[in-house]
Amino acid sequence: MSEPRTLAPPERRVAVVSGVERLGAYHLVTAHDGSGPRDPRPGQFYMLAAADCWGGGGDERPYLPRAFSYARAHVEPDGVSLGFLLEAIGPGTEQLARLRPDDGVALVGPLGIGFRPPREGALPLLVGGGIGAAPLLCLQEALDDPRVLLGFRSAGHAQAAALFGGEPKVVTDDGSVGRQALVTELLSAELDAGPDVAIFACGPPAMLEAVRALCAERGVPAQLALESGMACGFGACFGCVVPTIDGYVRLCLDGPVLDADRLETAVFAGGGHS
Amino acid sequence: MSAIELCGVALRGPVLNGSGTFDAIAARRAFGDALLERFPFDAFVSKTITLEPRQGNPPPRLWETPAGMINSIGLPNKGLDGFLASDLPELARLPVPLAVSVMGFGRDELARLVAAVGKRDEVSMLELNVSCPNVETGLIMGADPAETALALERVRPETAKPLIVKLTPNATDPGAVAAAAEEAGADAVSLVNTLKGMALHPHTGEPWLGGRTGGLSGPAIRAIALEQVAAVASRVQIPVIGMGGIASGRDAADFMAAGALAVAVGTESFRDPGAGRRIAAELAELSLSSRTRATVSTGV
Repeated sequence: MSEPRTLAPPERRVAVVSGVERLGAYHLVTAHDGSGPRDPRPGQFYMLAAADCWGGGGDERPYLPRAFSYARAHVEPDGVSLGFLLEAIGPGTEQLARLRPDDGVALVGPLGIGFRPPREGALPLLVGGGIGAAPLLCLQEALDDPRVLLGFRSAGHAQAAALFGGEPKVVTDDGSVGRQALVTELLSAELDAGPDVAIFACGPPAMLEAVRALCAERGVPAQLALESGMACGFGACFGCVVPTIDGYVRLCLDGPVLDADRLETAVFAGGGHS
Repeated sequence: MSAIELCGVALRGPVLNGSGTFDAIAARRAFGDALLERFPFDAFVSKTITLEPRQGNPPPRLWETPAGMINSIGLPNKGLDGFLASDLPELARLPVPLAVSVMGFGRDELARLVAAVGKRDEVSMLELNVSCPNVETGLIMGADPAETALALERVRPETAKPLIVKLTPNATDPGAVAAAAEEAGADAVSLVNTLKGMALHPHTGEPWLGGRTGGLSGPAIRAIALEQVAAVASRVQIPVIGMGGIASGRDAADFMAAGALAVAVGTESFRDPGAGRRIAAELAELSLSSRTRATVSTGV
């Protein structure tokens, strides 16, 4: 099976912001990409930078673009509308969250390898933690009504659950929405129920490690969308390496979605968003 | 675009990539054949290869700085045999001449690399990455004029192909190192490599990078690089390839005005994989408009 990768044009281009929606702790930035491919694959990502005012934030940063899995891609008559979910936690995400309609957002993408379809007969189960819900949104649209389990820190973060169709099961760290529990507790219960499932997960390193360990123990296949600091997104800088059973791999090139059984752990130096 | 001749190799223009800042094989996977159709550089410089395979430094490998970044990658590569077997055939398909960057942890090791790479028809030029310690002397080869001269004298007989010496800015007198390289048979020098830098973990105060220290690059180092290029160009007759934070045609024109025959784009390619082409186009536009100005001012 060929890898789920839509090729990117080999240069940066500018998309036009069409909306920035506040969802509790998150921002959903939507931009119209008039010249890029219209068929990115769920799990692929884009490198984003505000076209103006990049730099000049705290410590005179940001300088490098930031990597985001796309959350939505809707084809329009003259391009594609791309949605990115982000939380303003540093100089890059703060600048992106401040974008307004008609502002430019410089982007390169889609990049990396996305989620592969579940094998025949397996029920897809999507497991998201926090901002890791982002790539599961477009994956939900691509799959036939998969079940969705989501964990958030608090009610403010859990507002992102409203973006999903159907009725995702939601838990929070503080019990402000749903049960006070970790999303892996929901996963564990689902696995106990026993059907033939395929796991698709994205979230913070500790959560992905819990998913990985649980799936390894039960012999359940899992695809994990990982995160690691990157400068370029297309294999040039060698900065985003992740330790696997085959040695270091560049996450931007061989990921960001990796089969869980290629990892000894999903918690590694440089992982997550730092 | 204006064609140039670099050490006898015809290039369609003067914009190269800095070694280790663009992996054409990886980029082909991300961008497909469009990369070859719109290839960003006028010659391609490979990532540095060593005799033995290296997996590189443990992560984290990157740190963003004001107008730049520090990297601590540690020269991951397949080693000489792996490079010749699997990478070279791919790089030979690029639409521009190929320069291969090599590093040896001793003069004999460097000579073996130069001999093996130099005899391959696919390779137009070799670049010697001398920003590493000589394990026999403990000295950074490229930081010392005498060490650099000894290395050049050892490898010069191994190939007739152009040898470019990549100079480190972490030297007391890069001009003296360049002059020693020229005297010992180098065909060109390229500079600057990254400046040594460090970042601390914001919470623990321990070094952030897995390799503890790293190399600073990007616009943050441009002024330093420009001065070193000017200093080196005033000391040697051989071509100078200038780099260090070049992000626009204006920057490239500055390096050429300081004495560089060609320029290289490095960190800017991380922000925009098409940066090389954009900078070449901006440079061509600039030289066109300056010619127009000259015509007007002389009244012709």
